[in-house]
Amino acid sequence: MGRPTLRRIGLQLDPPLTIALMLVCLLGLAVLFSASGQSEQTVVKQSVRLLIGVIVMLGMAALPIPLLRTWAPWLYLLAISLLVAVWLLGEGRGAQRWLNLGVVRFQPSELTKLALPIMVAWLIQHRPQPIGWRELGMAAVIIGIPVLLIARQPDLGTALLVAASGFFVLYFAGLRWRVLASITFLGMITAPVLWYVMHEYQRDRVRTFLDPERDPLGSGWNIIQSKIAIGSGGLSGKGWLNGTQSHLEFLPERSTDFILAVLSEEFGLTGVISLLGLYLFIITRSLQICVTSRDNFGRLLGGTISATFFVYVFVNFGMVSGILPVVGVPLPLVSYGGTSAVTLFAGFGILMSIHAHKSLLRD
Amino acid sequence: MDMRNRISDAVLFRRRTITAWAVVVVIAFGLSSRFLYLQVSQHESLTAQSDNNRIKIEPLAANRGLIYDRNGEILADNRPAYRLSLTSEHIADMDATLQALAEVIDLSEESISRFQQLAALKHRFQGVPLKFRLTEEEVARFAVLRYRFPGVEVIPYLTRHYPRGDQLAHVIGYVGRMDSRDVQNVDPGVYRATTHIGKSGVERFYEERLHGKPGLRRMEVSAEGRSIRELERSAPISGESLRLTIDANLQLAAIKALGAFAGAVVVLAPSNGEVLALVSQPSFDPNPFVGGVSRQHYAQLLSSNKRPLFNRAIQGGYEPGSTMKPFIALAGLRSEEVEPEDTVHSIGYFQLPNQERKYRDWKRGGHGVVDLRDALIQSVNVYFYELAVRLGIDRLEENLAPFGLGAKTGIDLMGENPGVLPSRAWKRKKKGLPWFPGETVIAGIGQGFFVVTPLQLARAVTVIASRGKLVQPHLLMDRQTLHEKQISVEPEHWDVVIDGMIGVVNDIRGTARRIGAGSRFLIAGKTGTAQVYGQEEDEEYVESEVAEHLRHHALFVAFAPADAPEVVVAVVAEHGGGGARVAAPIARKVIDAYMDTPLGKSALRRRVPEKEGDGI
Repeated sequence: MGRPTLRRIGLQLDPPLTIALMLVCLLGLAVLFSASGQSEQTVVKQSVRLLIGVIVMLGMAALPIPLLRTWAPWLYLLAISLLVAVWLLGEGRGAQRWLNLGVVRFQPSELTKLALPIMVAWLIQHRPQPIGWRELGMAAVIIGIPVLLIARQPDLGTALLVAASGFFVLYFAGLRWRVLASITFLGMITAPVLWYVMHEYQRDRVRTFLDPERDPLGSGWNIIQSKIAIGSGGLSGKGWLNGTQSHLEFLPERSTDFILAVLSEEFGLTGVISLLGLYLFIITRSLQICVTSRDNFGRLLGGTISATFFVYVFVNFGMVSGILPVVGVPLPLVSYGGTSAVTLFAGFGILMSIHAHKSLLRD
Repeated sequence: MDMRNRISDAVLFRRRTITAWAVVVVIAFGLSSRFLYLQVSQHESLTAQSDNNRIKIEPLAANRGLIYDRNGEILADNRPAYRLSLTSEHIADMDATLQALAEVIDLSEESISRFQQLAALKHRFQGVPLKFRLTEEEVARFAVLRYRFPGVEVIPYLTRHYPRGDQLAHVIGYVGRMDSRDVQNVDPGVYRATTHIGKSGVERFYEERLHGKPGLRRMEVSAEGRSIRELERSAPISGESLRLTIDANLQLAAIKALGAFAGAVVVLAPSNGEVLALVSQPSFDPNPFVGGVSRQHYAQLLSSNKRPLFNRAIQGGYEPGSTMKPFIALAGLRSEEVEPEDTVHSIGYFQLPNQERKYRDWKRGGHGVVDLRDALIQSVNVYFYELAVRLGIDRLEENLAPFGLGAKTGIDLMGENPGVLPSRAWKRKKKGLPWFPGETVIAGIGQGFFVVTPLQLARAVTVIASRGKLVQPHLLMDRQTLHEKQISVEPEHWDVVIDGMIGVVNDIRGTARRIGAGSRFLIAGKTGTAQVYGQEEDEEYVESEVAEHLRHHALFVAFAPADAPEVVVAVVAEHGGGGARVAAPIARKVIDAYMDTPLGKSALRRRVPEKEGDGI
């Protein structure tokens, strides 16, 4: 086998997946233009961020999976040390989530979203599967450390998502159903305990979720107004740039976490189903790529990235439409913001790499 | 790892993936049905909520700070008025609406085009003002026809009013409607609710302090955009009220004293640089500018050859003429080029060696033998020609600069003219020409390239009045960080120059002796005449024969009481002719008026016990 390292640097993207990703981005920019009060500046800024994301994706796609595998423990250690650094000298409004690197402010929890599944996949890639109790114990420790570090920032939403990504690796590795069931059960009985360790604002979000009318001008505001925006959009929407709800500045997060409400109001159910369809297509294609891969590490990682992506979509859709509590998860590739887009594109870069290298990989 | 394991891993992974995909599809269907429920089943009720229960966030303008004179008289006030505001979001056909409105309310094409420019910069849901200061009749007419105009509102607001009108237009300035350039220059957060901004004078200089911080209210509005109720409010913080150093009554007295002349009067307190009066005539009424002055009216003001918008006191550049003589004298004394006792024989003219040209005295045949004091009292040109030549232009410039000539005074107004203190370097740079000896000669009597503003001149005189303190003139009472400098001159040199200036007003030969009589206080002063056109050397200047717009400018500077100065006055009467005849009496009236101000009276009281003490 030739050296896969440098030979194939260049365009090695899966066309269907790339096209679907670009369509989501374009749709997102159109909605952002409207949500930002037709601010060209905002759209340009976001385009630049997406472009950076695409460049990162190209870079990751050129990165051979075996190389990523050798880096796995180091990446994980880097992520943990950065999380500790945030703990010691981080900054951020209310919660400490950011690390100021002079040039850019950086959220180490984003790196963890990739570094953790890579580490767990690395741990169990050569074990006979389905995995046993020993691997499970080690995985629990590997997952537990960053999750606790993120949870204390406090950023419970991200902590749960990171924990889920570790869990997905185990799932794809074939963790027995009864073990999965036990973990789920354990989660359910610890939920009331979680209530007591939560910060007041987090409890507020849960209370509001259970009863939005409790504080309609305070924390229930977003949910109520978001539902009104979605519902008044109807089947075909009020038309692009014509969303009255969105333009009255009622939603504090209408460019970011609640951008789906703007899309729903202006493009109606048609727009929502189209976007959901695009997401579904992306996930289906990603899973397809993983199934055709022969490398256990690669496909475990790829499957996890796809599943996590869907969790973001699900949580955001659920939160905006009022069936999940408000946890501050952006709509993938649509919400205004750079960090999450870059992480997502890096993940898809890994998937592209799995696709490109699948025929080259042998044990 | 063996082959069997690898295959079974792949099978296991495939199975798990299919399961995961199935879960994803099921959840996606679940989400779709949630949106289907909201957007189809709940569509009607939620649309009704969307139409009926809109929330508008309205910024609340902060009240602009008021402006008072030093005695607490109000100079800039806020008065209630009504304006017409349009929110484009609620207006289906803007052109038709504007046309229909024009039938109800008097609208100029200007205000419509200005509205359109501004509307382009604002969000669709933001109200944009169309017309300010609606008349009561217009408000009433609109109220009746209101149903025809969704999205059009009459909004009560406070408008700026200047009770003293044109008397203080050049000091206070005015606020005007924010134009598209203003909108781009300010912090949009702070100016969200603001329609007017300081355009000139104190209103502009202290814009930030006068403006205040806007508040906010959340309003529930109906589908037509009408406010239903207020949900939440955070009150705005009013702008800071400012107290000026100006005495409005003294200002008026100075305006009256200047009479029909165009020109300027500046009154300063020599101890601290407070500006007690700052007159520039002709002036204009700033009140129409607040509501939006018509282009025609503005063009008229701009094109008038009397230039009423031009602030002569700080922007007008005049030749200082003989008012420079006390400073030239001090320059000579400081650089030890002359002693007070040194005399010059004035025979009526001065000549440079080997040159034909005669530099004349104003008095035919000259003043005879004069010392420095005499030279100031009688304004003897020949004395100062000779002194200037002895000093040379470089030392002259070096010794005049400490009086603040040729530099901005730093007054708290925009657009100050720095004037010109000529020097070899200045001429080379500005004119690209070398310095000629003859130019030094006429510099001795404040002619040639010299340019001063009335404010600069007054400030320079305060240095003499306070015996060496260069103050920073200012309009804001209690202004922080003022720059002051001390100039060192021998006490007996101050004495002789001040004595000379007292003689100008009080000596029997003094050029301004007419105003000395009957004054409650000893006044020290100096006359000056600024040439408007270059006179040929032997040409006679007969005032009555010269067209008014070519007549010389009359200048006079003074301070009083001469022994312990409380007030400094500089007067420029354009085309007034002679300083002694025209400008000096104006200064006298201003000084008399000063003595009647609260400030002058308290100065008076301070002096009375001394005299009593002397008596005992």
